[in-house]
Amino acid sequence: MPAVLIEDIHKSYGRLEVLKGVSLSVDAGQVVAIIGRSGSGKSTLLRCINGLETFQSGKIVVAGHDMTQDPRKLRELRKDVGIVFQSYNLFPHLTVGQNIMLSPRITKNVPQAQAMALAKEVLAQVGLSDKFDSYPDNLSGGQQQRVAIARSLAMQPKVMLFDEVTSALDPELTGEVLLVMEKLAKGGMTMLLVTHEMNFARTVADTTVFMHQGLIWESGPSKELFANPQTPELANFVKAGAH
Amino acid sequence: MQTFGWPEAMFIFRAAGWTLLLTAISFAIGSLIGGAFAIMRLSRIKLVRNFAAGYILVIQSIPVLMVLFMSYYGLSIIGIELPPFFAASASLAVYVSAYLAEIWRGSIESVPYQQWEASASLAHSPAQTYRYVILPQAIRISLPPTVGFLVQLVKNTSIVSVVGFVELSRAGQLVNNATFQAFQVFSLVAVIYFAICFPLSRLSRHLEKVMNASRSH
Repeated sequence: MPAVLIEDIHKSYGRLEVLKGVSLSVDAGQVVAIIGRSGSGKSTLLRCINGLETFQSGKIVVAGHDMTQDPRKLRELRKDVGIVFQSYNLFPHLTVGQNIMLSPRITKNVPQAQAMALAKEVLAQVGLSDKFDSYPDNLSGGQQQRVAIARSLAMQPKVMLFDEVTSALDPELTGEVLLVMEKLAKGGMTMLLVTHEMNFARTVADTTVFMHQGLIWESGPSKELFANPQTPELANFVKAGAH
Repeated sequence: MQTFGWPEAMFIFRAAGWTLLLTAISFAIGSLIGGAFAIMRLSRIKLVRNFAAGYILVIQSIPVLMVLFMSYYGLSIIGIELPPFFAASASLAVYVSAYLAEIWRGSIESVPYQQWEASASLAHSPAQTYRYVILPQAIRISLPPTVGFLVQLVKNTSIVSVVGFVELSRAGQLVNNATFQAFQVFSLVAVIYFAICFPLSRLSRHLEKVMNASRSH
């Protein structure tokens, strides 16, 4: 059973069809990069995987959970599927430590002491052990994004989704975030990431998927895909550098 | 004829106590009802949302005075006699609830929707999302306008004098009727209102500044 199984997903907003039958299978421990122009449906696809977006037809199974609209079952699914957003979305009224401890405490009844140990562990993993008592507003964008990753990790997810997590960052801050992600990938985390960082996709992702007009236009092992695009659309996209 | 002296002044001070009590009770009850309506107004269920919107619209479109007349005189026609203080607190609470519901709905909506998404993605239930993520932020946002509204409420309690309840304004009228020293009497009444409202206004201004300086913590 793959960690993520997507079968023939169709989604439209009114008349606009944004996903026109997308299928994708990701094995446990695999890292898959999804690239493509804005409007190609890549972020929508990613958000379907943890139920932030609904779809009209098709099937998604993540970490053994069937995608569902049932709120209780959806929460069970989300305990196993972390997501990191472009805009970090840390809770600004809570300290870094509280941000990380909140969800294990209230969704899994993890005792306070254990949650704190867990928080310290994941903060160390992203290299921010000294920021436990800081508020998000006092951190740089790159640090906030690393805390957001740590917050997701504290839920001990089986699959992690990354939605353009470096797009809002100043160029000099993207490196620290990508480094954390690379470490995660090497640690065997199953990851799906929507990204504009072509270099990262090529070097870190096992598989890269190129989306175009709501379809998977081309996909394959990352290095091969970038070296020998089979379609003119991907060739143009790679040549243009990104976007 | 009486002159305006200590006994009369004390009478006015005691009435100021009633004004404060009336404000406190109607604010407390009104905020409970208003809080519930604010959340209902944002419900995912259309019927609940529309019911709350209807309540707010109707109450905001009726003068408080009419609500007061309805609860005091209207109910007495069908045999329910409310004591003036009870009718006054209830009517003001209804008025407070409709306005606070709108202020708080706006505050809840001004928390960025990404906070809802992040919370839901971390497997929080809607109730947990409200309790741990949205309300703590919304309450901060709502503090300045809520305290501002409280200032309005202190002054608006004066309308309950029409059903015979003696609060600060009504006490001033009564003393004036007995002494005809309108200037002294109403100056004292005004000074007392000011003494209550001025610190609250300043608090509201202060909160606004603090919120702007750091919107997060």
